[in-house]
Amino acid sequence: MILSDHFIQQCQALVGVNSVIADQARLRVYECDALSAYRHLPALVVLPETVEQVQAVLRLCSTHQIPVVARGAGTGLAGGALPVERGIVLGLSKMNRILAIDPVNRTATLQPGVRNLAISEAAKAHGLYYAPDPSSQIACSIGGNIAENAGGVHCLKYGLTVHNVHQVKLVTIDGELLTLGGSGLDMPGYDLLALAIGSEGLLGIVVEVTVRLLPLQPQTQVLLAAFASVEQAGAAVAAIIADGLLPAGLELMDNAAIRATEAFVNAGYPINAAAILLCELDGMPEQVTADSARAESILQGNGAIEIRKASDDNQRKRFWAGRKAAFPAVGRIASDYYCMDGTIPRKHLAAVLKQITELADQYQLGVVNVFHAGDGNLHPLILYDANRPDDFAKAETMGGKILELCVAMGGTITGEHGVGTEKIGQMCVQFQAAELQQFHRLKHAFDPRGLLNPGKAIPTLHRCAELGHMHVHHGQLPHPELERF
Amino acid sequence: MREQDLSEDLQKQVQQAAATGTALRIVGSDSKAFYGGACQATTPLPMAGHRGIIDYEPSELVITARSGTSLNNITSLLAQHRQMLAFEPPGFGEYATLGGTLACGFSGSRRPFVGSARDFMLGCKIINGGGEVLNFGGRVMKNVAGFDVSRLMVGALGSLGVLLEVSLRVLPIPKSELTLAYTLSAGEAVTKMNALSVRPWPLSASAYDGEQLRVRLSGAQAAVQAAARQLGGDTDVQGECFWQDLREQRLTYFQQPGNLWRISVAPASASLSLSGDWFLDWGGALRWLKTEEPAEAIHAATAKVGGYAVCFRGNNKTDWIRLDPALMALQQKIRAAFDPLKLFNPGRLHR
Repeated sequence: MILSDHFIQQCQALVGVNSVIADQARLRVYECDALSAYRHLPALVVLPETVEQVQAVLRLCSTHQIPVVARGAGTGLAGGALPVERGIVLGLSKMNRILAIDPVNRTATLQPGVRNLAISEAAKAHGLYYAPDPSSQIACSIGGNIAENAGGVHCLKYGLTVHNVHQVKLVTIDGELLTLGGSGLDMPGYDLLALAIGSEGLLGIVVEVTVRLLPLQPQTQVLLAAFASVEQAGAAVAAIIADGLLPAGLELMDNAAIRATEAFVNAGYPINAAAILLCELDGMPEQVTADSARAESILQGNGAIEIRKASDDNQRKRFWAGRKAAFPAVGRIASDYYCMDGTIPRKHLAAVLKQITELADQYQLGVVNVFHAGDGNLHPLILYDANRPDDFAKAETMGGKILELCVAMGGTITGEHGVGTEKIGQMCVQFQAAELQQFHRLKHAFDPRGLLNPGKAIPTLHRCAELGHMHVHHGQLPHPELERF
Repeated sequence: MREQDLSEDLQKQVQQAAATGTALRIVGSDSKAFYGGACQATTPLPMAGHRGIIDYEPSELVITARSGTSLNNITSLLAQHRQMLAFEPPGFGEYATLGGTLACGFSGSRRPFVGSARDFMLGCKIINGGGEVLNFGGRVMKNVAGFDVSRLMVGALGSLGVLLEVSLRVLPIPKSELTLAYTLSAGEAVTKMNALSVRPWPLSASAYDGEQLRVRLSGAQAAVQAAARQLGGDTDVQGECFWQDLREQRLTYFQQPGNLWRISVAPASASLSLSGDWFLDWGGALRWLKTEEPAEAIHAATAKVGGYAVCFRGNNKTDWIRLDPALMALQQKIRAAFDPLKLFNPGRLHR
């Protein structure tokens, strides 16, 4: 056993024997998150049920200098919850109660393990909902959403997690409980709430969250437009935005995505189109009528070969069914896929998609594009076969090239999935050494010994040097535990 | 004034200051010098010459500009393309700069409905206390690479670094706007503001001046008209002027002498038992208070409801802001992480 029996017994004393997992078979569950290509068996899993227990466990880990990796529902796509050498996994899934819904102030106060979708379900009775809707919303938890600053399909109009949270209670590595934000709309001094959101478990452990709820919109309309070329679809996206429309969602699927989903859910998509756009408009009926008419004429003017308007709620759901089933649909045409997450300025959409196709040819791998075109957030799905030797390595290298392309185009290596373990190499491409050092100094202000999620999100300069300009196969790094700042 | 890039000069000045241990007072147009604690630095770092739009394409909904660019320049350029800084920042002066706007992080009446200054911050270039030029965030809407340093800069009053360039998200100007007015008591106004916010009305502002509740509707003309019909009330034909005067604090309420406190609370909070004159904005979540009550009483009353207070204008420069000790200690560590020599605006936010 890597951790001493004494340490394990102390954990058991703090949270109870049943909330500490130390046996191989059950530890296996925690060896990876949704990026299952990276695996590492944790030394110990601790499942606290109260804020006090979280504080006590962190104090214990701090005293013994044991690294702590926080984990929510384990649905992250970047290996952010990947266990680390000699570290514990602090699973927050037992803290899953909705503490309060305040319909008058339009807030919900939640323990970190509450599922994203459960918030909207609980708020529905009051005519309210929680806007950020990552694709994993059935399973993912609000604590993880905070850690990753999760997005979703409706970010263009309703923002990311950071735009929809009033307050977070955070426990530091020393066991101190901090309240960031407040009952109002801002906090005094530095905006530590904004800093905590998206910090990938490096600064503290989220133990309570108060989110903003919005009124459910009375009407929603979806337009489906087909295009003969991806370039035209990209141009139509820019034209819609330039005209002053702000769709709730604006999604693009390329031909490969259309065919895969059509074969799977039969959403009625035009399978010969090079690309389709799904444009969702919501608001008061008068607003939706006005916006739909404008959107339709813009799509027409930008060369749409076919435009369909959902005539009722059922058809609207059918339009979305294809988009929502896109990932599992791709799972049917390829044995494995690797989902990327770069963001680019919208004007480069067509050019970047073309280069992605060229990269796919070069690496002889399939690629499917289905993504949030409205905010320029790409999700190329690289198809590979894990049973073929070198296939994942090829997919990983190609994925890295795509992210570097995003940076070269003035974009970023991650729009909503986070850096985690996966994109640690590309961080060396996106940021200069001085910027990475500034990140480390900031981390140091919260966690001077580097015990919280070490090795994730922010690479050491040592690691950047070792990786060279580009990353290699992360899983095969000779020293997974490099120097900490 | 012509556009120019003074980044290198500014960097040299900061490096020089670091070498000699000279604290700097970062100055845009000094339009918001009234705000915050007393700045202990006397050597100015003038920013207004570092100006110019670097990148703006309306279809990207993003503008990037040097921090000395005047806010008026930016808003008028955006308006030409029917776009706006949706957080409606006040200038408090004709020559207010973009950098000062974000360093203060003030947001106007649209804030509860579309977001605050920090919500629209996408990226920035700064000089830290070590004299290094650093880039954080970017020019795209969604970006979660690295810690969100850009948003941390908003409201930091310059104490973490000198802003050189800023990228902001912008939004389309609504096709149509209309202001409704209702004569109500304070209690009724709070109830109505919150009742309206629970329903999907196309709201973009609601404020109560002690006599009248004004509600602004924004959107397609047909939607605004339909909402106005259903909501009733009087149309305030001077509505647009009212919102501008509120934003710039030109209304009579703000002109009266005395300390002006800015109180941030949950929007439906009952009135706080503090004497003085109140003015409510942000649908009830931002409450202005003209009062001679001692700072102690104000901080205590707001903390009790989970909110906080700052002395926005007035002679209280020592107890104008209050943080609990653990948060204060952490904020000081964060400041040291960016500016270990305390070169930038010492005293303005933290000592």
